[in-house]
Amino acid sequence: MTSVLDEVSKRGIEKQIVLPWSRALQMTRENIFVRLGRSAITALGIFLGIAFLAAVLFSAAAAQVAAEKQMREIGVDAADAQTQARVIWLAAMSLLVATVGIVNSMLMSVTERYKEIGTMKCLGALDSFIVRLFLLEAGLLGILGSMLGAIAGTGVMTLVSAHRLGWSLALSSWGKPALELGGWTVPLWLGIVIAIVIGGVLSVGAALYPAWRAAKMPPAAALRSEF
Amino acid sequence: MSVYEYIVRTKDLSKVYTMGDVQVRALDDVALDIRRGEYVSIMGPSGSGKSTLFNMIGGLDKPTQGTVFIDEVDMAQLTAQELAFLRCRKIGYIFQTFNLIPVMTALENVTLPMVFAGLTTDDAMDKGAELLKTVGLEGRRDHKPTELSGGQQQRVATARALANDPAIILADEPTGNLDLRTGKEIIDLLKRMNEEKKVTVISATHDLKMIDVSDRVVWIRDGQIERIEERADIEVQVGQMEGEEH
Repeated sequence: MTSVLDEVSKRGIEKQIVLPWSRALQMTRENIFVRLGRSAITALGIFLGIAFLAAVLFSAAAAQVAAEKQMREIGVDAADAQTQARVIWLAAMSLLVATVGIVNSMLMSVTERYKEIGTMKCLGALDSFIVRLFLLEAGLLGILGSMLGAIAGTGVMTLVSAHRLGWSLALSSWGKPALELGGWTVPLWLGIVIAIVIGGVLSVGAALYPAWRAAKMPPAAALRSEF
Repeated sequence: MSVYEYIVRTKDLSKVYTMGDVQVRALDDVALDIRRGEYVSIMGPSGSGKSTLFNMIGGLDKPTQGTVFIDEVDMAQLTAQELAFLRCRKIGYIFQTFNLIPVMTALENVTLPMVFAGLTTDDAMDKGAELLKTVGLEGRRDHKPTELSGGQQQRVATARALANDPAIILADEPTGNLDLRTGKEIIDLLKRMNEEKKVTVISATHDLKMIDVSDRVVWIRDGQIERIEERADIEVQVGQMEGEEH
């Protein structure tokens, strides 16, 4: 009997404290552009990680192209079993390095905004608003950093392979397999798309804990902190 | 004695901070009743516990013991959402360090609590512009906090505190970072809002200029209420002081 009333009153209050997505996006955009230096550092970690990953994937596909060319010319099978293991190892390492970098910069970017978080909570922000704002920012920076990283990584490798194999063969690498995971062959273009998505996911994942911890702080404690 | 309607009541309110092995009693059994519509100054030297009291009344920190009632509602019983609702709609906060959001313009700062309260962008913009006019900053709506003086920032903060027509304005050392004249302007502004909008003003301060406009002054020392002075007593004292000068 009481639960119905509780339910109604609770929903009423939920309705009355809101942060529309459009406004959250606008606030995130302002945050990224006004603090451009900080945003660039945060994005740089993911940029470098994904650039390296994209370069590794591209060179694996380009190696395939080169091997096929060699096979046609001298009829020798040049496929290298060790290449695949090395590609996976390098890819994993580059992601690990990027993750460490981005966790660190997310931690910094949340910590230096404790006071702002405390203020927002005084103005009525729910914990979930704080988390939402930081995750949006991390997601946007992650995707942006990954896309630029992918462009830089594949761009550099395209130039390198074009020098070695000529432009048409270098560009044909995009359709070649870059990675084989348990019998599933991933062509280069798909590998790059996946790399960009991974960059965004990693970035959001890295922001999750610092943002959640900051949102949970009592406003008084958040306001006390000086930066 | 007449019966007052109390907007804030505290009962046996205590707060103990543990710093290493030492326990500091910042508040010790404070019982304070604040009347609807009055202007109260909580005075005391720094470290007396007035900021702690401010945090408790504002629901910004949890007491170790005791209860705070806002409009006869026990704050400890509120869910996180109800508490956020209270902070958003019922209480306006003003801080010593202004605490404007640095990346937002004056108008965006003022409208943020209205956005949380569910107002449409147009309504919030209109009301925000109106409030900035009330505090005398209509020409500064698109300025960022760094482009404003301390006094102007505190005016924006006051407008923001009034955004959702709160019942209470809680101010923690609102003049602490301002020079004498600017401080006086903020005090006058708070008093004007208190009179025009009938909002209860509770201000923790050690600025003696506040005494002039206060209906009551609560003196705090070592986490306890030392004495509470009514307007009438204050006027007598001010009169005496002026008399001595002549």
